[in-house]
Amino acid sequence: MTPPRTLAETPSQTAGPYVHIGLAPEAAGFSVFETALGQPIAGPEVPGERIRVEGAVFDAAGAPMRDVLIEVWQADAEGIYPHPADPRHAAAASGFRGWGRVVPDFDTGGWAFDTIRPGPVPDPVRSPDGRPMAPHISFLILARGINLGLQTRMYFADADNTADPVLAAIDPPARRETLIAPRTERDGTPVYRFDIRLQGERETVFFDF
Amino acid sequence: MSPAPLLPRDRRRHPPALAPAYKSTALRAPRFPPLSLPATLSELTGPVFGADVIGPLDNDLLRNFAGSGSPIGERIILHGRVLDENARPVPDVLVEIWQANAGGRYRHVTDGYLAPLDPGFGGCGRTLTDADGGYAFRTIRPGPYPWRNGGNDWRPAHVHFSLSGPAFAQRLVTQMYFEGDPLIARCPIANAIPDPAGLEALIAPLDMTAAIPFDCLAWRFDIVLRGRRSTPFETRPEGN
Ligand SMILES: [Fe+3]
Repeated sequence: MTPPRTLAETPSQTAGPYVHIGLAPEAAGFSVFETALGQPIAGPEVPGERIRVEGAVFDAAGAPMRDVLIEVWQADAEGIYPHPADPRHAAAASGFRGWGRVVPDFDTGGWAFDTIRPGPVPDPVRSPDGRPMAPHISFLILARGINLGLQTRMYFADADNTADPVLAAIDPPARRETLIAPRTERDGTPVYRFDIRLQGERETVFFDF
Repeated sequence: MSPAPLLPRDRRRHPPALAPAYKSTALRAPRFPPLSLPATLSELTGPVFGADVIGPLDNDLLRNFAGSGSPIGERIILHGRVLDENARPVPDVLVEIWQANAGGRYRHVTDGYLAPLDPGFGGCGRTLTDADGGYAFRTIRPGPYPWRNGGNDWRPAHVHFSLSGPAFAQRLVTQMYFEGDPLIARCPIANAIPDPAGLEALIAPLDMTAAIPFDCLAWRFDIVLRGRRSTPFETRPEGN
């Protein structure tokens, strides 16, 4: 039996403009640690379709944010997370990390990462009947001016997203489009474009999971 | 078996997205409230970190940048425990910190403050919590620094903390302040926290029991991550 809430969560504070020093020191311009964290998300031996995801995070003025830091988290091609809370985790692809840190170009604000396309994920919480969630990548956005990290998800425009229980919860339905990344191709590799808008027209849907 | 659900986050505990005295929030705060949904498997899982990624000097900011050098500033120990809202210690949490040097300057390509860089100081460290949720760093006390907000705003001395708990939705990024700093009460970022008890939780007290005589002072910062519900069957209202 889990004890009830007896302590209150520590309040969040902004990661500030120098978040890269702590979470991606190479991007800040120096190196400290022997092992860099946050890349690759899926090593070369991991099975699955190789994809690239790229985009930018825009502020309310429409300017790309050049000081952002993004974390991503995803399942492998079979929809398995390499974490003990996933009942199938022992079968996760070897060499699959699923987690990454993504830093923009400090001049343009554009970012990109390479990974494999995740599979559909079973959702025992929202779909006890076993209906899976459509393939998606979870995003956490940290930056100056963001007091509590913003959680969102990227879905794939070329997947069947109609039955996804999280997308279905978004109202009005027109806002679901803000999470769906269109596909193009470059040098034979699928490229998904995911632009995130913090505010204004086509504001991205953010979640409080 | 499905993982135990997380307790819903008490948003009133955290600073609001739009905090007018902290001007950067004006263009970066979503206007729609976030959509509240129970965490799915995607949020109840998260990256697992093992001791193999942590080097022996990673939590020693006195030595991890310039091995032989000794940074300028007050030598301190920062330590504490990571618990969840159920008051259970959380082991194997990746704790990462970053900070300015004693003059208030960050080692970052975009920081142009006139205080000099310290050749003996990088400004970041990381560790994993032990079985009791305990962690410790050795560093120097950072200096306050000015920032573009009001006409003459200075950040209180602070250390940035990032914590990765077992679930991706437990992720927490925050800042630790030092007991007795008169700049805390003037800081728009710190004072965006609605509840005075919340800000109090970010102010580390001096801890003489952990200070090392003739070597360094110590400050204690305990951190609480989101907890778990007792049963998987409770639901929470959606859409608010
Ligand atoms: Fe700072």
